[in-house]
Amino acid sequence: MSEPLKFHFPVSGGDFTSAGKASVQVKKLLRQLGISPDAIRRVAIAMYEGEINMVIHANGGSADLEIYPDYIKIILADTGPGIPNIDLAMQEGFSTAPDNIRSLGFGAGMGLPNMKRYTDDMQIDTEVGVGTTVTMRVNIT
Amino acid sequence: MKIQTLVDLLGADVLCGADLLDGNVQSACGSDMMSDVLAYVKEQAVLLTGLVNPQVIRTAMMMDMHCIVFVRGKTPTEEMIALAEESGIVLLSTEERMYGACGKLYAAGLGGGEEGDV
Repeated sequence: MSEPLKFHFPVSGGDFTSAGKASVQVKKLLRQLGISPDAIRRVAIAMYEGEINMVIHANGGSADLEIYPDYIKIILADTGPGIPNIDLAMQEGFSTAPDNIRSLGFGAGMGLPNMKRYTDDMQIDTEVGVGTTVTMRVNIT
Repeated sequence: MKIQTLVDLLGADVLCGADLLDGNVQSACGSDMMSDVLAYVKEQAVLLTGLVNPQVIRTAMMMDMHCIVFVRGKTPTEEMIALAEESGIVLLSTEERMYGACGKLYAAGLGGGEEGDV
């Protein structure tokens, strides 16, 4: 199997208004690589929700993209507080985001469910007090 | 529906993308919750919102939306207008409230698209 194309993006924490910049870059990059519009859209939305989550909950982190011939892997890693109950976090409408985030249009408890909805596979590795890594796969074909 | 028709129906001001009013939108979504927009909207939709921050533009970019209508006379910031221009997104502002704006577009034949269908 050939080596994947790899890209790394830092996600800065604390600054909500600039959240999503890495996802915008990824969208442009995938377009240049000739990836199908449907796959680009799914990768971009999943990564965008992940970026927003990292800014809200974990003071930022990093996003890595690996492009294989038939799928794209997205790895979002942070050293935030971790997720105590993944089943609860996956429920649509459940959120621990502060009220000020809701007034900005997020924190509706749709982030993780949306990430799952738009990807073909999603794994969450998390440890309370250590951090969270979300790994997602989007099939290209 | 042509974006120009939206402008006429809502008596909207065109804040950027005046050269793109010939573009088409096929459905509409009215929401201030961007996560709901990310969950349910199909492409080529117009977003109606009363929310004003850069994430509104980024959400539209992610969803390949071509037009955003700010209701209740809300005006986006210069930063938001620059982001939209960069991405070829038309920004409109109307004095109509959300309910009235959505109602006018719906009555003119613009539907909501199929919900939940990714």
